[in-house]
Amino acid sequence: MTTTTPHAAGELFAQALRYDNRPDPYPYYAQLRSEPVVCAQDGTWLVSGHREISLLLRDPRLSADRLNPLQQPVRKSLLMEDPPRHDQLRHLVVQHFVPRIMGMREHIDELVTGLLDAHTSERPGQLDVVADLAYPLPVTVICELLGVPREDESVFGGLARRLTRGLDPVNTQTEDELRELQQARAELVDYLEGLIARHGATPTDDLLSALMRDQGPEGSMDPVDLRVTLGLLMIAGHETTVNLIANGTLTLLRHPDALTRLRTDPDLATPMVEEVLRYDPPVQMSGRSTVADIDIAGVTIPKGARVRLLLAAGNRDPHRFSEPDRFVPDRRDNAHLGFGGGIHYCIGAGLARAEAQIALTALACRLRSPRLVADPPPYRENAVLRGPEHLLITFDRLSPAPVPTPVPTGSTATFGTSG
Amino acid sequence: MTTDSPPTELRLVVDLNRCQSYGQCVYAAPAVFRFHGEEALEYDYAPDPGRRREVERAAAACPVQAIGLGRATEPAPSAGEGAR
Amino acid sequence: MTSPERIVVVGASLAGLRAAEALRDEGFAGELTLIGDELYAPYDRPPLSKAVLSGRLTTEHTVLPRLRNIDARWLLGTAAAGLDLGERRVLLDGGRQVPFDRLLVATGTRARSWPAEAGGALHGVHTLRTRDDADRLRGELAAGPRRVLVIGAGFTGGEVASVCRDLGLAVTVTQRSGAPLGSALGGVIGRAALRWYHDAEVDLRLNTTVRALEGDGHGRLRRAVLSDGTVLEAEVAVVAAGALANTEWLTGSGLAADPRGLVCDGVCRALAVDGTPVADVFAAGDVARWPHPLYPGQLLRLDHWDNAVAQARTAAHNMVQAPSDHRTHRPLPAFWSNQFGINLKCVGLPALADQVVVTQGSPEGRCFVAAYGRQGRLIAAVAVDSPRVLDGYAALIEAGAPFPPVLNATDGPEDLNPLDATDEPGGRPTTPVPAGRR
Repeated sequence: MTTTTPHAAGELFAQALRYDNRPDPYPYYAQLRSEPVVCAQDGTWLVSGHREISLLLRDPRLSADRLNPLQQPVRKSLLMEDPPRHDQLRHLVVQHFVPRIMGMREHIDELVTGLLDAHTSERPGQLDVVADLAYPLPVTVICELLGVPREDESVFGGLARRLTRGLDPVNTQTEDELRELQQARAELVDYLEGLIARHGATPTDDLLSALMRDQGPEGSMDPVDLRVTLGLLMIAGHETTVNLIANGTLTLLRHPDALTRLRTDPDLATPMVEEVLRYDPPVQMSGRSTVADIDIAGVTIPKGARVRLLLAAGNRDPHRFSEPDRFVPDRRDNAHLGFGGGIHYCIGAGLARAEAQIALTALACRLRSPRLVADPPPYRENAVLRGPEHLLITFDRLSPAPVPTPVPTGSTATFGTSG
Repeated sequence: MTTDSPPTELRLVVDLNRCQSYGQCVYAAPAVFRFHGEEALEYDYAPDPGRRREVERAAAACPVQAIGLGRATEPAPSAGEGAR
Repeated sequence: MTSPERIVVVGASLAGLRAAEALRDEGFAGELTLIGDELYAPYDRPPLSKAVLSGRLTTEHTVLPRLRNIDARWLLGTAAAGLDLGERRVLLDGGRQVPFDRLLVATGTRARSWPAEAGGALHGVHTLRTRDDADRLRGELAAGPRRVLVIGAGFTGGEVASVCRDLGLAVTVTQRSGAPLGSALGGVIGRAALRWYHDAEVDLRLNTTVRALEGDGHGRLRRAVLSDGTVLEAEVAVVAAGALANTEWLTGSGLAADPRGLVCDGVCRALAVDGTPVADVFAAGDVARWPHPLYPGQLLRLDHWDNAVAQARTAAHNMVQAPSDHRTHRPLPAFWSNQFGINLKCVGLPALADQVVVTQGSPEGRCFVAAYGRQGRLIAAVAVDSPRVLDGYAALIEAGAPFPPVLNATDGPEDLNPLDATDEPGGRPTTPVPAGRR
């Protein structure tokens, strides 16, 4: 039975959201987890247990509708849309997006090399991992994929930042911020409509053109769906992987043994990025609402309730992970919730993993004696999409990229061995 | 008999009850995993040893950890050796 | 119970291998022997009727991974012929004997074959259970027969027919009842499966059985005579008519074994014919029949992949631990099938249901979920091309949720219309139950 009072639960959650606690919300999540499902005083249900989050992510009684009047856009993106419309939209996007991100590792490697080459130095120097690598890498990739001119970055980057702040709980945002959100939404519509119009005039082979051309069984996307989907992909490409790479770098710098191991064993990047996704996930929580009563963990979440799935809390659930507060770079059986789960599982997960694996390996291999300038680093305001604003590091040397060793190619499918 | 594989060769199995067709393995190792239709996963239990890195990426990326990696150690066949 | 020094596992497939590994995980350090009648190292059977038949995977590429060293003595290509419980010895073909302190029976099942007097011995008539079966059938399919006859539209039959169509082969399927998969999954899935068969252009003959298979002068299959008198030309026939437990070797042993399986108790101990558990003999996998606490009043035999793995682990644990530490085997049954490009996943036991209702999507579309009830409780769910929602149903089943379940799924019907679970296509819905949507 619930022993945490709604007030206490709400207080703990408020503490986790406080900007002062942005560098380390985890102690508050740990306290919340003593009741894996609990109702806060504002009526929101907070879910912090790994098992409970996993189940609810896959439960048809949950809707992706956040029931938040301030966040209701005119038309919902597939992130906030439910089946069957969600499935149609997602199917269209996956069909065009996934083939385009297959076999991209080499290109990502080139981009990482190029970004770090700009700072190569035989002498001690300084790098802002966010501004110099973690942000430009995914942004370049998503812009290339979608066919967005790189020079639009100055317009779009600021918009994305202001819009994702809108994902945070409303009561943590100021009046000014909320006003700014409305303004940013309007600007986004203008910007995206312009972009779509330009693509309509001169179609190319990028993702946006493909989505515009698609005449699948459900027909093509109407202009509003197209705009909303484009906005979602753009924002996700701008505001999530940046935190994965930055959180990963920060974690590595706090665990020099892991950094050393990664330098000598690049294969460690594979389990290590999963561990970053568990230990310090770039998306901390995900909102839902209930369409029926749900009995779970000894309580009943009533129909029509707002629910917050605290992914970052579930990722440190001792019932699922041994030594959950320890960063174990080669952790096995790491069923973390970093990309969510169920029908809304992150579409860009594969791309984000590849970008983070390559970026972190490059940093480990090329930096000598990297040190944090400030620990903790300054964090961004955003609580849901959480990560450092800047990640200044000093180093003794930033080596040139090592000569690439040939890796077995695997981008073309040759499934099976028989004819 | 199939005794020609070195014992350290990579073998894998997917728990297809646990699998929810997220497709992360297909992304990580398209030569080893594929969908037949929209959601039906097929895979090679004995991939080319050169695919090891890709397969390890696939196993690590599986959101429900349904991919089991092991080795190929073949049992020495014997028609009754040791039996009385 | 003294700790055993010699453990023998009869059956070297999925359950036998995983049990052997689990025995070592449990700390068993004595002599471990695996006996298998096939010559091959343990391999996985599910792909045989799918990727292997279609030619996308060779049988060499279905070998199961070894998850740990088991330091076992392997007797492969060696069938167990008998069991001497008193002397605690397994008798092998050829008269040799293997002594044991503790025995695990994991001999599985085999495909029910076609009677020789009705043409079962003809060249071109197949069953599909083993690697060799799959290689033989694959060879014949690759040669491009003019028509394939599949006898039975259950899971295996559907998978084989589906592969035949992928290969561009003409295929006829006979089914005793009025819909494919009907006996296992009921009318709702049966109706959907009718469409999968139809869309794949399978010649499906419902309410039809095969009277006889007939050959030419060379003993080669040429035609089938169906129950309605139709004569069907076919060069290949696949008998997909269920499975029999491999228990002949236990005949006369004093164990409660018959073609339905070897009866054991909830902790995997084999039972003697008088119903008392035999302390040193355990069973796991397809061969075992046991009383599942979730389904009282009957003995279950589950030829499911995950049951083989889970029961092997439970049996292995109980084989080396004191009875006070024995675990009960009580999994939520789960299985899958891939056919006609569709992924079908199931939790619970739909065959025991008295009612079924579509809760998400529509059987007329590609994706949907059907929930199954028995006496007002949710007992099973089948997800068609919807693998990411099934965990939610599994939790509801385990919690004993009422049927029809109140889900209000956003892709669900306005009103839930439970049907008689055994209704064949064309059946009428029972009284609609308002779903209480928002």
